Amino acid sequence: MNAMRREEEREVTGSGFFHPTTFTLDNGMEVVLVENHRAPVVAHWVWYRVGTADSPPGKSGLPHYLEHLMFKGTAKIPPGMFSKIVARLGGEDNAMTGYDFTAYFQMIARRHLATVMEMEADRMVNLRLSEEDCLTERDVIVEERRQRIDNDPAALLDERLTAVRYLHHPYRLPVIGWMHEIRSYTREDALDFYRTWYAPNNAVLIVVGDITREELEPLAARIYGAIPARPVPERRRVQEPEPQTRRIVELADARVRQPSVAVSFLAPGTRDGSPERTHALEVLADLLGGGTTSRLYRSLVVERAIAASAGCWYRSASLDTSTFRLWASPRPGVDPQEVEAALFEEITRIREEAPGEEEVARVRRRMVAEATYAKDSLNGIARIFGTTLTTGGTVADVEAWPELIRRVTPEQVHAEARAVLDPDLAVIGRLRAKPEERA
Amino acid sequence: MTGLSRRTFMAATGVGLVAPGIVTAAAAAGPNPRVEEVVGRSGVRAYLLREPSTPFISVRFVFADAGAAQDPPEKAGLANMASGLLDEGAGPYDSGSFRAALEDNAIRLSFDADRDGFSGRLETLNENRDLAVELLMLALTEPRFEEEAVERIRAQILTELRRRESDPNDRAGLAWFREAFGAHPYARAVRGTPETVAAITREDLVELTRTRLARGNLHVGVAGDITPGELADLLDAAFGSLPEAPQLPPVPATTLQRAGVVVEPLPVPQSVVVFGHEGIDRHDPDFYAAYVANYILGGGGFSSRLTEEIREKRGLVYGVYSYLMDLVHCPLWMGGLATSNENVKTAIGLVARECRRMAEGDVGEKDVADAKTYLIGSFPLRFTSNDSVARMLVTMSVQKLGRDYLERRNAYIEALTPEDVRRVCARLFSRDILIAVAGQPEGLEPTRAG
Repeated sequence: MNAMRREEEREVTGSGFFHPTTFTLDNGMEVVLVENHRAPVVAHWVWYRVGTADSPPGKSGLPHYLEHLMFKGTAKIPPGMFSKIVARLGGEDNAMTGYDFTAYFQMIARRHLATVMEMEADRMVNLRLSEEDCLTERDVIVEERRQRIDNDPAALLDERLTAVRYLHHPYRLPVIGWMHEIRSYTREDALDFYRTWYAPNNAVLIVVGDITREELEPLAARIYGAIPARPVPERRRVQEPEPQTRRIVELADARVRQPSVAVSFLAPGTRDGSPERTHALEVLADLLGGGTTSRLYRSLVVERAIAASAGCWYRSASLDTSTFRLWASPRPGVDPQEVEAALFEEITRIREEAPGEEEVARVRRRMVAEATYAKDSLNGIARIFGTTLTTGGTVADVEAWPELIRRVTPEQVHAEARAVLDPDLAVIGRLRAKPEERA
Repeated sequence: MTGLSRRTFMAATGVGLVAPGIVTAAAAAGPNPRVEEVVGRSGVRAYLLREPSTPFISVRFVFADAGAAQDPPEKAGLANMASGLLDEGAGPYDSGSFRAALEDNAIRLSFDADRDGFSGRLETLNENRDLAVELLMLALTEPRFEEEAVERIRAQILTELRRRESDPNDRAGLAWFREAFGAHPYARAVRGTPETVAAITREDLVELTRTRLARGNLHVGVAGDITPGELADLLDAAFGSLPEAPQLPPVPATTLQRAGVVVEPLPVPQSVVVFGHEGIDRHDPDFYAAYVANYILGGGGFSSRLTEEIREKRGLVYGVYSYLMDLVHCPLWMGGLATSNENVKTAIGLVARECRRMAEGDVGEKDVADAKTYLIGSFPLRFTSNDSVARMLVTMSVQKLGRDYLERRNAYIEALTPEDVRRVCARLFSRDILIAVAGQPEGLEPTRAG
């Protein structure tokens, strides 16, 4: 199956899209280069194949905590100096954590690329953490959690909806972590995790910008290639059981002034799906909820005029079972139940009748045309390759994407709607106002 | 949520600034960016930076002084509502067919309003450029404002306003401007209130397009794969049929009306704090010194003193930042942070302490040198995306910096001495600060206005 898949990819990558160059260092570190010579700048990213879903038991969000601590120094770089050094070189840096990845980047003038490569390679293996820095950064994470989640009822419902959607798989964990577990993080937790997962053979180097393969390859070999490979565990995660139930998650909060509803389904990821299924689901998501000409917007927002907004998304870059979600916000004075019922009517409609060739063709054309804009951001290009390569996909998958989207048929879209959007297996999230208690 | 980032406020590093009128984007300069000034037969001008590598263009345009400050008080939110409706049907296209023409052809057209300006953005692949320009022209000159679309967008704004009622970021920001500007139009919410949005009529919308959108207050920046000749034609086709001059009553200049502490009670575990005072005019001789000073204090992300003292040393916040905001009638220096209710007082005290340090001249040789190497060294980063370039170009035009500004900009920063920075700090950071807090801050007493 896999071999066939690669065969097909090779066939369709003839045209290509970003035209990357790829090679692998002796220690197993993969390298992807996308040349872009419009400005003397490079985006330099290192992606680790480890993320929230690999949190140790009782330590949800630990990968994100480590991501913060990676800026706390090595023998060569004093605590807190990493970003300052990058800034003095005129660069910008940051990092991010997802369910399946942890990534670090600098955007910088090309003449400083070697310097930031040295710094990134250094902290891959030489991280030094003081007890005090670890405790202070834990407080920062507490504030980050409050800012992103606890201060916002919609974000809180989103977090709980995801936690309920997955009965078993660690995708149920919030990327930021549960508050009581954040408070339990220790320096040793972070260092154990670091020693387990951070290694060149578990990393992908992605460089986008003003440099050629001839220039990059020796640099990468000298700097990253000097780090010995070492055994890294397989990403073995508990998997979801067959879903059997429909569930409702309701958040009633006195702060809520504007109710909303979301309906979430399990959908295939890389390991339990196939590129064909993923592409069909992407087309389905766009057909249902992409923009103001999509079915959900036309039906709920324009024609029936019961919703202020409506849409859907599907997380296509996911190592394990992903989710497909539809959502809507009622217009003022409209019962949220009516909007929820309308979402299910649209689900029934797409399940009962295959979309027409014309409708699917329009969506495909639009998706492929929009992809051109992705070339307008060095970091955006790096993110596309990074998320794909850390979620079980390949460089060829990225390059073949436009061609494979063009091949999606109405029958495939219909089949995915029937397979994925089963109303009996939906998890429904409701955000509603709670009348304030009177004293 | 697919990912969390270490920094909440990319704006602090100047990457994420999209709001027109904020200085960072304009303050870029280049090794050799050859900006051309293109003039159509209709007299419409644009700054152009050509970039042939990808077959599309980004266009940013601003109608100066046409923003929310022009909205009648009882119709506050008018410019914002119009910005949501221009791309909802125009000329022969009803809303559905207009949206389909945009989306089916991957034409990105949108409008926005802030306090000072009414702005727009167009991105199109070259193969669809003619259609894109036609749609833009129709949106500006023949918007239909059909009842269905007007009521739909009104409902969207009302639901958004309701959602924001419980958002501490919004509540703090709105309170700050309300208290800062009293009776001046800047005090009003750009999006209006449920009452004022309900009062807006189709006639108000038509009137806005007729009086505020003209060639005389138009600024255009373009980046991408287009020749000057093609762009001249584009400018005529898109903007040539606009009236020559806008009819805009002048907005009075103003000053900050008060300082002190305002609290918006909100049942959230973490308070959001917005702080600020008057800033510096874009054409002040010490503007660049102020820009460097702000970088040192709160504009420099992880290199800034506010981040060092409040996040890195004490873990009180996830993000803290400050920036210069180029409001036409009252330039500001603004900042923000979010911290648990019990820490608000401490965090605010640290902001005040760091401002005082700056005011007292505690700015060293190395602080200034580091700021300069970042601000100059990071310049080429701004030239990696058409949209970012178009945004810089239109800001250059609005701020009247001149076609060759990008070639001159680094020299302004290079020439600064620590003495220049200390001088402006004494002026900028000795001002009384206005602080708005949304949340349940502990031990923090609001102060009276006046």
